[in-house]
Parts: sequence; structure tokens; C-alpha cells
Amino acid sequence: MSLSTVLLIGTSKGLVEFRRHSKGWAIGAVHFLGMPVSVVFTDSRTGAWWVGLAHRHWGQKLHFSRDEGRSWQSVPTPRYPADAALRPGKPASLKKIWCMQGAGPDKPGGLWLGTEPGGLFYSGDEGQHFHLVESLWNHPSRLDENQWFGAGRDFPFIHSIVVDPRDSDHVYIAVSCAGVFETTDGGRSWAPRNQGLIAAYLPNPDVEVGHDPHLLLACRAKPDVLWQQNHCGIFRSTDGGQWWDNVTDKEGIADYGFALAIDHQNPDRAWVIPAVSDEVRIAHGLALCVCVTEDGGRSWRQLRNGLPQEHCFDIVFRHSLAVRDNLLAFGTTTGNLYLSEDFGEHWQCLSFSLARVDAVAFAD
Amino acid sequence: MATVSFTSALNRFFPGLKAEQVDAPTVRDALEQVERLYPGIIDYLVDEQGGLRKHVNIFVEGELITDRNRLSDPLGPNADMLVFQALSGG
Repeated sequence: MSLSTVLLIGTSKGLVEFRRHSKGWAIGAVHFLGMPVSVVFTDSRTGAWWVGLAHRHWGQKLHFSRDEGRSWQSVPTPRYPADAALRPGKPASLKKIWCMQGAGPDKPGGLWLGTEPGGLFYSGDEGQHFHLVESLWNHPSRLDENQWFGAGRDFPFIHSIVVDPRDSDHVYIAVSCAGVFETTDGGRSWAPRNQGLIAAYLPNPDVEVGHDPHLLLACRAKPDVLWQQNHCGIFRSTDGGQWWDNVTDKEGIADYGFALAIDHQNPDRAWVIPAVSDEVRIAHGLALCVCVTEDGGRSWRQLRNGLPQEHCFDIVFRHSLAVRDNLLAFGTTTGNLYLSEDFGEHWQCLSFSLARVDAVAFAD
Repeated sequence: MATVSFTSALNRFFPGLKAEQVDAPTVRDALEQVERLYPGIIDYLVDEQGGLRKHVNIFVEGELITDRNRLSDPLGPNADMLVFQALSGG
């Protein structure tokens, strides 16, 4: 059983903290009330809670707490350098912070940050100074608008950062749209890792760069096993991203979607929350369903116990499904929050009245 | 001295923020003086390329400034400069 007792929900109207008590889970505190929380990252190395805010008026901001939300501090917002250009003659500026990741136990102050319009940032001093990772920004593919381009947004964005637990210089990122990139030298050089993926929305679906991974994860116990929920299905790699196998459920609904969670002990187990692709983006049959595979994607099973099965318009965004041991939690675009304490077999609704959920994370 | 006033929405991030007197020839100079009084505030108003954020408006003597990119609009010696948020929400 998991000992996790704190669940953080990033919503369009603030950070909502749920705590587990003897009688169940209840809201403990609300932070940044009224403000859009776009990123929630809990740093297992330091215990710090990090929050990215996407103010409509005031730009993107980063805040952290070292005392479980009792007090918050801010760090200077990452800045694109003055000479950073989207294309020649088009200066780049930070549009949105999409994700954050710790650099590894041997780099205690190291933090990676994925942003729109396509910049990866790194800080070696716990976020006090972020700098643009020029090697990726200057990758020839990034400069080609046929290879890096916006999907659902005006510009490409980095939404996933995976650090190899065996080697903190070994990092994967995923970009919508461009695909997966890998560095083995701490970010000095990058190579695309998209073989086997399909870009069905392009004239040539087998391009090297131009893919739309929605979320990328790697199994911590077996880091060469990577999973991605992609615009064009679900893909899994067992060789560190050299080749991707299409593990989409050909018969069922585990296909298009955004959210993905994986079992960090069992490389064969993963969960997705499918949606109808991609013109309508609603739950299949207006019923919420989580799909699980326990054989590496060869078969998928539908989990519906406790989830609404009619008149349900919920979509689950890419960072809004979290797993911690036996616990799974997800929040939806319509402000519902569901939790399972048995790997997804049974669900309970913790709230049906939140604002749109953009991020879910277990904090301990 | 010109006077710079702010939308009350910024008080949430900068408690104690109040109208300030500045001796500044342009809007940009005025914001840089304000930044020295309230470190970090300029990042709420302009992006890293120096342009006014899309949903921030600055008025000088009741008129919207015209140079949103470089903020070169002149400030008279007794000008009133207002920093507002645009009417956009959700």
C-alpha cells in the first residue's frame, strides 16, 4: 500500500491540496487562488513543491515551497536570450512553461524546464538562474518549420523530460510537434528518436522529425522501456527509444488521448485515458474509461468501476494523471477529480466542482 | 516629476505598491525606475524582448502608448502614467 498522503491538483483557478485523513481524502488548502496553475512538480530530492503559473496578463512565473505550501518563494522567470529567434528575424519569447524535472541525484541543484515556443532550459542552482539549452535550440530540425511546429498551440512546446536514473547525463525530451530527442552527454548534443512512430497528419507519415508525442515516460526500474501516448496512438520502446512499437489497441478504444501513467516497477504495466480523436475530443461514448495493459501493450482492459458512464464530456490532459504505488488519480477538463487506491480497478470521485485540471501530482 | 500609478491587481504580487514619482523621459525609463523600487515588477509588465505584454496597457495622459515594442513614448515633466491590465479574462 502507498503511504502517500498529499495530492496536488493544478487547476485554472489555483493549486488545490488534498490530504488523506483517517476517513478519506479532503481538501487541505488552496494556494494561488484564482491563478492558472499550469505546472506542478514535486522534487523527490529536496521535497520542494514547484508551481508554474500561466498568468493571462503578467506572463509565466515559477514559485516553490520548501515547507509543503506554508510559504512560497519565486525565482526569476526563465528568459529567452535577446538573440534567440523562432525563425530568422522573429524574436523568441516565453509563451508557456510546460514541464519541470529534476536533473538527477548527482546534480542536486539541477532542474530542467520545458517551454513553448520550443526552448529547453537548465538551472544548476535550484532555479535561481535558468539558461536556454542552445544545443537543442540550434538543432537544424528546430529551425525547420516543417519539422518543429505547433499542435493545438501556435508554437512547438516541450512537455516531457525524462532523466535516466542510471545516468543523469542521459535525458529524453518530447516535443509537440517534433518528436522525441535524446542526449547522452548532458545536453551538449541531441538526436531524434522517432523510428517506428507514425505522423498520420503529414504527407509522409514516416518522417524523422515532425511527430506528436503527447506524453513520454520511462520505467524507473527498467529505464530502457519508454512509453508514449501519441497523437497517432500508443507506442512503447524496449531499447531506449531506438525503435518504437505501436501498441495501440486495434480492437478497442486505447488509441488517441493525452494522459499516460506507467508502473515504475513493472515495465509491462501502463494506463491511458482515451478520447475520441481528434476533431471532437470528448470521452468515448460520453463515458469515462481508464485502459490498462499488463503485458506491455499486447492487450488492454477497460476500467470503469466508479467512473461516470453517461453524459460525460471530460477530457484528461497530459499532466493530469498521476500514479504512486497503488494510487492513481486524475483530474479532468470539467473539474472532476477521481482517485483509485487499487491500481485503477475501483474509482471514487474526490470532487466534481474544481476548475479545469491541468496538472496532478502526488507530493510525498 | 511624472506620476506612475498601477492597477490594484498588481498589489497581490507587490504588497505596498503605490503611485510613484519618477524623473524619466520615456515610458521605458519610468518602468526601469519603478523596477528599482519594486524588484521583479518589470517582468510582470514586459516580456524578455522588452515589449509590453499583450494583456497589459499603459496610458500616458489618458492615451494608450503607441510604441508597445520599445516603450519609447515620451513622458512630460508632470505626466500621469497609468499601468493597467487589459480587459481579458476567463
